[in-house]
Amino acid sequence: MNFASFREKMAYQPILLGVFALLASGALAWASSATSDSIAAAEAKDLRDSLSEVLPRGLADNDFLKDTLDIERNGKPVTIYLARRGGVVIGAIFKLAERGYAADIQVLMAVDADGRTLGVRVLKHAETPGLGDKIELAKSKWIKTFDGKSIGQPSLEQWAVKKDGGVFDQFAGATITPRAVVKTVKGGLEFFSEHRKEILGEKS
Amino acid sequence: MNNAFGSIMKEGLWNQNVVFAQLLAMCPTMAVTTSGTNGLGMGLATTAVLLVSNIMVSMIRHTVSSQVRIPVFVVLIATLVTIVDMAMNAWLHDLYKVLGLFIALIVVNCAILGRAEAFAVKNGVFASAVDGLAMGLGFTGALTMIGLIREFLGSGTLFAQASNLLGPSFAFLEMKIPGYGGALLMILPPGGFAVLGFLLAGKRVMESRIEERARAATGTPDAITA
Repeated sequence: MNFASFREKMAYQPILLGVFALLASGALAWASSATSDSIAAAEAKDLRDSLSEVLPRGLADNDFLKDTLDIERNGKPVTIYLARRGGVVIGAIFKLAERGYAADIQVLMAVDADGRTLGVRVLKHAETPGLGDKIELAKSKWIKTFDGKSIGQPSLEQWAVKKDGGVFDQFAGATITPRAVVKTVKGGLEFFSEHRKEILGEKS
Repeated sequence: MNNAFGSIMKEGLWNQNVVFAQLLAMCPTMAVTTSGTNGLGMGLATTAVLLVSNIMVSMIRHTVSSQVRIPVFVVLIATLVTIVDMAMNAWLHDLYKVLGLFIALIVVNCAILGRAEAFAVKNGVFASAVDGLAMGLGFTGALTMIGLIREFLGSGTLFAQASNLLGPSFAFLEMKIPGYGGALLMILPPGGFAVLGFLLAGKRVMESRIEERARAATGTPDAITA
């Protein structure tokens, strides 16, 4: 039986598909194993870079990437990276998300042991370019207004944008976006104070 | 022979341009052309996939029966794109952060399956490679052009962040128009459609001018009355 006539047979189609699926899986498995180490290393570097963005340089002396604690918040675990100095926890870094105008806004924030924000950065968002994207540090310094703020300084009612009677600026043409970020940071500080003892490793 | 490849190039770059003539791949075209750099990056990644997929489809064209060719091509293209995606994430991580979102979009780029079906499955390996390259470069040119126009009108810059994509030595490409805030609309989806529409119209006008001039040169009666 020559190839041309076999090609027209019914059995040829599934065999051909099977062979290609097998070859594709093999190629993918090989590529995945060849790249997984480099990808993991690159992602760890990304995480380290973004974590050291919110934590002032030289504040911690431990490898906080590996010093983590998981605490549940609204049914979902939040990974908290613990910054230590001489073995004592001096700050916590964690990631929270809140619904913005277009999609969830991911915020990374660092809080010191007294409950003051050390730094806040927006990691990921899909806000309107030119209006809502002023929450990025690359576009505006607005995100730095959170530095050093805590619950009580300003007071709980003033943790809002100016339009809602708070102390934080909103942007012309975009109120929902900064409102969501303020709400996230406020929620993060409350989350920290609720679990303060747990995070700082103090006996209750 | 040379002439044949020349005409394949011309088809890909101009006559049958993926964006401006075939109007294929509109999804990535609209999504990524918010800046010239994004358009260029997406175009180059697509060119690489198109080149390899055309070569491979052409190589297996006698083995694959026509009944199952579509699933086989889809598996082939999806595998290729996934490998490119992983390789870029591993070894070109900074570039991947800029383009990562768009790489996966190449799988659903109908231009790639379109070329496999319309060209590679009927032609030899070398001709298919030339076709893939020409179509890819035509696509890259179109995306870069739309991206540059939208970027220029929308944010008042040209090739912003090009050094992220091509390396620091290309930083000279980056330009900013001082004192121009930009028209936001051009960055948003309607701007993409508007720019594409004007470019399509421009290409039609240009082609009819060229045709008219050619007719005038050969001296057909049509041209004389005009």
